Amino acid sequence: MSQTLAHSSAAEAGLQPLYGISVEFDDPEALVEAARKTRDAGYKRVEGYSPFPIEALSEALGQHQVEVPWLMFGAGIAGGVGGFGLLAVTSAWLYPVNIGGRALIPWAQFIPITFECTVLLAALTGVAAMFVLNGLPEPYHPIFNAPNFDGVSSDRFFLCVEARDKQFDAEATRKFLEGLGGLQVSEVRESKK
Amino acid sequence: MANPMLASNQRETFDIIQPGHDYTSITEKITGISMSPKVSPVWLLGVIFALGMAGVMATGMIITILFGVGVWGNNQPNGWGFDIINFVWWIGIGHAGTLISAILLLLHQNWRTSINRFAEAMTLFAVVQAGMYPLLHVGRHQYAYWMFPLPNSMELWPNFRSPLMWDVFAISTYLTVSAVFWYVGLVPDLATLRDRSTSRMAKVLFGMAALGWRGSALHWRRYMQVYLLLAGLSTPLVLSVHTIVSFDFAVGIVPGWHSTIFPPYFVAGAVFAGFAMTILLSVPLRAVCNLRDVITMRHLENMGKVMLATGLIVFYGYIMEVFFGAYSSNKYELYMTFNNRMFGPYAWSYWMLIVCNGIIPQVLWMKKCRTSIPCLVAVSISVSIGMWLERFVIIVTSLSFDFMPSSWALYHPTHIDWMIYLGTMGFFTLLFLLFCRILPVISIAEMRELIHHQKHVHGGHDAPGSHQHAHSHASH
Repeated sequence: MSQTLAHSSAAEAGLQPLYGISVEFDDPEALVEAARKTRDAGYKRVEGYSPFPIEALSEALGQHQVEVPWLMFGAGIAGGVGGFGLLAVTSAWLYPVNIGGRALIPWAQFIPITFECTVLLAALTGVAAMFVLNGLPEPYHPIFNAPNFDGVSSDRFFLCVEARDKQFDAEATRKFLEGLGGLQVSEVRESKK
Repeated sequence: MANPMLASNQRETFDIIQPGHDYTSITEKITGISMSPKVSPVWLLGVIFALGMAGVMATGMIITILFGVGVWGNNQPNGWGFDIINFVWWIGIGHAGTLISAILLLLHQNWRTSINRFAEAMTLFAVVQAGMYPLLHVGRHQYAYWMFPLPNSMELWPNFRSPLMWDVFAISTYLTVSAVFWYVGLVPDLATLRDRSTSRMAKVLFGMAALGWRGSALHWRRYMQVYLLLAGLSTPLVLSVHTIVSFDFAVGIVPGWHSTIFPPYFVAGAVFAGFAMTILLSVPLRAVCNLRDVITMRHLENMGKVMLATGLIVFYGYIMEVFFGAYSSNKYELYMTFNNRMFGPYAWSYWMLIVCNGIIPQVLWMKKCRTSIPCLVAVSISVSIGMWLERFVIIVTSLSFDFMPSSWALYHPTHIDWMIYLGTMGFFTLLFLLFCRILPVISIAEMRELIHHQKHVHGGHDAPGSHQHAHSHASH
């Protein structure tokens, strides 16, 4: 409900729809503290932005995603089985060569290639999964419209409550964020114009 | 504003990072190197020289492709010569980069942060040089794809029981994973360059390369998961690569090759040579780019310590080789170890190897030497030569005098061999110089993390400069 309100009032003023309200900090501890308070206040669609990874921030925002490690684990197994399978199938079925009665599947000699295939598939899957799940590449994102946001890749820290949050209310949320002690609170539009 | 950082820039420090740096200053400092519009004359001279050398390499390669491998010194019984020596040498150099970026990360060695980016670049560029040798050595270059696991027209597959085939998998996996690891590490820094570029073209190019990175907490979470796991995967990977390279020799029955000590001592030797190269790269880098406050004496000293430790493993390997030769009571092994390597026609290379890799690095026991740049550079050059000689000794002495005296012959590298070898050094330097100019040589995101971490360690009393956001252009 509040989301549609925000949208309609924005449309009246000739502005782009609201993406969210952001608050800027210059200190990681302040950001983590603010994230915790915002979550405690009941907001769910909250995201923090920082110039380096902050584990406590991710925890404060209640992020528990673990897909990447599991996907890598699965891919590693698939790579290992696939690698060994390639060797076994070609050596024992597709073109078996009897060399003085030696085993057609000499597993010890298959270890290196099996291992390399395991690592290769796990690594490539991990990186691909990280980018895809993060929705990257995504050259444009509304958060880039927050004032000073280019500082997020240097020395600035941002917290953004998104307009699609059920509890979002342009006025009340703004007031709440102003109480968090950041440098400035700003409305972030979906698009610049 | 008088910048306290600039004044202290020239002073050597034993901290991991000179106190006084904050998020802003470190970003400015490192992006300043690649974004400064000025082209340093030293850099330009280096590029011109490296380009010339790369041209020499290209000429040697074109001659090889046009006239065949016969232009090299390789001939019976020396089927392997400079190509394999240099291949192993370059691959080994690459290993220090992975050790720094992966193993030291897992061991929580904070000091690795400021050297890991360019060490990884070194890995990548070294593996590129290494990879070119086997490709040239196959002779009929249009059939190089036969190394892939594909059946030939008789439906016969490559011999997967051969260490050479293992090598194909190991090197290609290593190159791929190193490249991916390096790129993942670069993404947040590319975003920094995107945000700080002033020209439209730079903004667009860095923007594309950064994939729209915006530092979101959830993105960082997945990023760190994959980064740590890649480090975890790279650790056994790097050990496997040089182990498999050593299998190229150890699995053969040639005297002097058939030895179980090979895998560990090859891996240690690789790290040994790689750290020597890292020192040789970081000394000019910190001088030219004015990075003494982030690549400090502490880093150089630590690299010296790693060199000393791995050098001792390598030296132990040499001693064990002699012991194995003597204890085997096998006349071929005995002949190889004593009559041939120690006192044969290539004795000069063996004794130079012992001096370069075994004796000279022992000066690193002295703190005075570990903290003296000329001394570290001298030892690193000695180790680089020594590690090249090691491969020369292993390959050439073993092949030139094998079981049959009737097939004995000395190995003589040709001009083309030398052109390609010296040329790859130029090509490596060229890639490295371009990398220094275009991309951040130090991981900025990780440096910020380090500063954040150090603030916690040192409690509240921050050095002057932090929490101030006055932009300090003075540090350019």
